[in-house]
Amino acid sequence: MLRDAWAVFAKDLRIEAKTRVGLWQVLPFAVIALVTFAFALGPGKSALSAAAAGMCWVGVAFSSVLVVGRSQGIEREHGVRTAQRLAGIDPAGVFLGKTGAVAVQLAVIEAVLGAGAVGLLGYHVHRLWLLLAASVLATIGLAAVGTIYGALTGAARARETLLPMLVLPIVIPVLIAGVRCWQAASVASGPRFGVWLSVLGAFAVIYVAAGVVLYGQIEEVQ
Amino acid sequence: MKKRTVTILGWSAVITLAATAFFGIVVTPPDVLQRQYARFLYLHPPMAWVAYLAFGIAAAASILYLWPRTRRMAFDALALACVESGVLFTGLVVVTGSMWAHPVWGTYWVWDARLTATALMFVLFLGYLALRRVGGSPEQVAKRSAIAALVSFIDVPIVHFSVLWWNTLHQGPSVLTPGLSSRGVHGAMAWTMLLSFVAFTLSFAWMVARRMELERLRLGGASRTLEEQLVARRAEGVPA
Amino acid sequence: MPGRLEGVEAVDVVQVVALDGGFPVLAGVDFSAPRGSVTAVLGSNGAGKTSLLRTLAGLTSVASGTGQVLGVSVARPERGLVGRVGLLGHDTGCYEDLSPAANLRFLSRILRADPRRADAVLARVGLTGRLGTTAMAELSAGQRRRGALAQLVLRAPELWLLDEPHASLDGDGRALVDSVMEDAASQGMTVVFTSHDPAGAARVADQVCTMAGGVVTDRQDGDRRGPHAA
Repeated sequence: MLRDAWAVFAKDLRIEAKTRVGLWQVLPFAVIALVTFAFALGPGKSALSAAAAGMCWVGVAFSSVLVVGRSQGIEREHGVRTAQRLAGIDPAGVFLGKTGAVAVQLAVIEAVLGAGAVGLLGYHVHRLWLLLAASVLATIGLAAVGTIYGALTGAARARETLLPMLVLPIVIPVLIAGVRCWQAASVASGPRFGVWLSVLGAFAVIYVAAGVVLYGQIEEVQ
Repeated sequence: MKKRTVTILGWSAVITLAATAFFGIVVTPPDVLQRQYARFLYLHPPMAWVAYLAFGIAAAASILYLWPRTRRMAFDALALACVESGVLFTGLVVVTGSMWAHPVWGTYWVWDARLTATALMFVLFLGYLALRRVGGSPEQVAKRSAIAALVSFIDVPIVHFSVLWWNTLHQGPSVLTPGLSSRGVHGAMAWTMLLSFVAFTLSFAWMVARRMELERLRLGGASRTLEEQLVARRAEGVPA
Repeated sequence: MPGRLEGVEAVDVVQVVALDGGFPVLAGVDFSAPRGSVTAVLGSNGAGKTSLLRTLAGLTSVASGTGQVLGVSVARPERGLVGRVGLLGHDTGCYEDLSPAANLRFLSRILRADPRRADAVLARVGLTGRLGTTAMAELSAGQRRRGALAQLVLRAPELWLLDEPHASLDGDGRALVDSVMEDAASQGMTVVFTSHDPAGAARVADQVCTMAGGVVTDRQDGDRRGPHAA
């Protein structure tokens, strides 16, 4: 399982490195979303810095739909999925590999949006470890749910409109917890965050486990 | 399920619903604080119960479908019927909740944990129904839907707790105590409420039974003509 | 070698009905192929050739019928055929953004095969030098077919199912497909392919089946003398 996962992970990142779809299409979208929020809420500096964490995570959640769409798109085209299934690839490995590659791309988006929040919106980072821990857990959860639904809707008609409708409601807990953690990370001490880290952790664990168990059946739907 | 059982179920639902309406409107007294609005007690909580029951059964039926040894199309039909009823009742819960909240709390909507979680559940399972419509063979649709129901259902507790903490950690939970009179719910009101739970559960069971029957006919209708289709298909090869 | 397996049917199915969205794409197919044989399936468009191959690969749900594919029940293959069957369809089964070489490297990691075999396979299908390292999307139709064929050669599955493998290939390409299929069969693998060219198909096949209306309507011996031959 882990060998297949690593092969799929490396292959997905290799394709991204060659085509740069994420870099030239998804990342600009995320930045545009952040700037659009700023125009909608600004220009008052205090309003913007208060909303910075929320703006970033909404941007990440929306971008995740695009990253997942692309990630599944390369599997769907030209009968790749069928060929690999017959070749005996481990579905759980495919799930882990694709989730990992999506997570890496989302992490890049988060880093850019975080930098944008600091530079443009007056967001301060006081507890970097909290920011990073929350981001890692949230990213894994987003990538896992996205990969499950991306594969599930892969063969469906009108999947482009269906995917956000399915993914966005389900990741609301990640959105809430991610925002709370980033808010807590912006002050030296204060708001409780342990409970939010555990929400993010539980979400990541539950959906990675669900994906590992169910992905074989998900691929049979294709 | 036998046709007679379904008929009996239907009539039981009608009778208990009528009795609930009679007791709820005529027999029980208005509340001291909420006055007539307290009568939502016989409408809103039983609907919420049915909604959660429906999604719970749908998740259980989906697991049974996904497990190869227990795979039956009937479980898919059960899950579908339950989600459809569940979405209907969740919608009604949100609507009756708003109608109740407006006179009692002075607002149609508050970002309270239970309200928000219920509304999210509505959207989650609306997604399930949308996913059912995107095509494929009956087996594909069944498997895809079962996975979606399961993935959605395990989100419900996470949503519930995160929305709960989201809210209470910020403004305190005191806003939303129901505000019935201190004597609480008892006597005729308690019996009527119990009756309403029975009535709505029976209605739900009847709806599910009828919906499953419909789904069975829809799928069975195609296979009855399979023999004719086979003859027609083979005839394609014979030169005219 | 094939002689030892003589008489053992790799595929032997009876009265198979397969449905696609309620429509019977296969309407009661009888089909068999011995191990180490090459079978050509002829028939006009819509006769059910592709559906037959997909059913033998365990990709289509079988409504009724009996028999076995590589010893696995045709009606309920579950995952029994995974890793043992190769299907070359109209799609290449390759990542468009990667080169044939990169596609083969990925496949050999999945198969835990020696990555150096990929080079030999590329040479076998004639994708050497620049062609091997150009993204699939930028190759011509014929070169893409060779890239797809390379995947099957690398995998060397027990049962080869090729859907119109000669399509969009030039003379050299068609000869390559024929010799790859011949190699596979002579090593004891079983080959089933579809074609629109009766004369060309008969030259390389042990048996030639004709399909129409979702059933096999005719079976004749081909020119190849494989495990059938006395």
